[in-house]
Amino acid sequence: MTFLYLKAVHIIFIVTWFAGLFYMPRLFVYIIESHSKPEPERTILLKQLNMMASRLWFAITWPSAIVTLITVLLAYPMAYFVAFKVTRGKFMWLVLLNIPFWTSYLLRVFAWKVILGFNGVINSGLLSLGLISKPLEFLLYNPTAVVVTLAHAYAAFAILPIYVSLEKIDRSLLEAAADLGDGPLKRFLRVTFPLSLPGIIGAAVLIFIPTTGDYVTPALVGGSDGVMIANIIQVQFGRVNNWPLGAALAIASMVAVAAIAVLVIQALKYATARIK
Amino acid sequence: MSARSISRHRRGTGLFVYAVLYLAFLYVPVALLPLFSFNDSLFIAFPLSGFTTKWYAEMAADQAMHTALLNTLRVGVVASLASTVLGLLAAKALSHGALPGRSLLLSFASLPLFIPEIVLGIALLMLMTGLGIPLSLMSVIIGHVLICLPFAIAVLMARFEGFDFSLEEASRDLGEDGWMTFWRVTFPLVLPGIVSSLLLTFIVSFDDFMIAFFLCGTDTTLPVYIFGELRFPYKLPGVLALGATILIVSAALVLLAEWLRRLGAEDAPRVPVLAA
Repeated sequence: MTFLYLKAVHIIFIVTWFAGLFYMPRLFVYIIESHSKPEPERTILLKQLNMMASRLWFAITWPSAIVTLITVLLAYPMAYFVAFKVTRGKFMWLVLLNIPFWTSYLLRVFAWKVILGFNGVINSGLLSLGLISKPLEFLLYNPTAVVVTLAHAYAAFAILPIYVSLEKIDRSLLEAAADLGDGPLKRFLRVTFPLSLPGIIGAAVLIFIPTTGDYVTPALVGGSDGVMIANIIQVQFGRVNNWPLGAALAIASMVAVAAIAVLVIQALKYATARIK
Repeated sequence: MSARSISRHRRGTGLFVYAVLYLAFLYVPVALLPLFSFNDSLFIAFPLSGFTTKWYAEMAADQAMHTALLNTLRVGVVASLASTVLGLLAAKALSHGALPGRSLLLSFASLPLFIPEIVLGIALLMLMTGLGIPLSLMSVIIGHVLICLPFAIAVLMARFEGFDFSLEEASRDLGEDGWMTFWRVTFPLVLPGIVSSLLLTFIVSFDDFMIAFFLCGTDTTLPVYIFGELRFPYKLPGVLALGATILIVSAALVLLAEWLRRLGAEDAPRVPVLAA
């Protein structure tokens, strides 16, 4: 049991660590460049480097991991509700949860830009209600906006794997736990939750892979602090016009993502085998 | 006692409230697009200033948008047809348990889902330039077949799951050749799956931004066009009208695809396609 928790935490750390790695090549390039420059430029460039190093933490490493965590946390009760509480119209619920996923991704991200913007829905709503006197500026163009938008966009990826693993749980196990004197909370922690771990890990992989490579969301709502690896890669192919570096970054991220996927799938197999 | 406590636990009012809130989180951002597309103001902000359909009229008059829409439809039709035909062949082969290396082939077929889209886009871009294929709708179609194929295979495999292959043997015993067996036995039985696969792959292609962004050259598809429009504030209401239209059409298509997929397929898992 504890082992499985450790494993889950471990995977999340690995995931963040790899995401950080993607950003490294660019930092190396800057370090080499800055050391070959004369004095005034050197100090300025090193300052820039420090800023980028902190960005590595706050803007790149965190979003994917936080998105994964938040999306899974938010989706779990929802999946639990459909799997255990809904008796009739289960399918309707699943379709309802799926429809937003199949509608245009670009437009869903755009909707969040509209909501969070300086003259956006939240600000104008609060202003017209008289709750604030000037628009809140911290809503859009930062990592938090990226996280919220991605958590919304990838909700379906979290709900379905978790739902499938919850649905598979043999209900007589729960009755057995109740007969042996476990209350609802204990029953959940000792039976339901461990048995749903494969679904949780599966959801984490499914969310992590596309969010790491996401371009649209950081480009639309991320601003300069919410840049993610995909935007950096794209810039190499566009404005910077350094195709080899862009290709290297792309390969690095693909290898890392593939490594994570293999790792997690192995962990998943192991966890399932242990439960059985 | 245990039975009663479980049945009391079953109601779960708190969870129901959470589920409704969660659905609101999924749907409210999306619902804002249609709402503001009827708002008589250039700014997307509360309070609403009045009802208008002029953005829809503006949308109907926009020539560039029409070209983009036509391009997207062309790409979508060809890509969905091609990926469904390929997916049908793959699914049929993969459903026969005897195929050597079946699980390897299956994971290979779903590989495009596990590669970040930005990497896929760049890889295809380099491939096209390397091979000297000009960037046009053709290159977008090639890319879309690649990303649509895993979806087509997943949908069609689910359809083949309860398929009785002895029907094909019977048809052959009765003297039909392979082609006629396919037309008269296999095809009608998997037809709902084929239609559902066509619709879903069409939506995947219609919705894709990243691949088209890299491969379309000067022939913009609709998502690429929208992404470009988002930079100009005065064009936003027009984009909203277009977005609202797309949302409604694609939601209708998804529902139709789900309904067809489940039609008569009682053996198929009662989970929407994403989890398949």
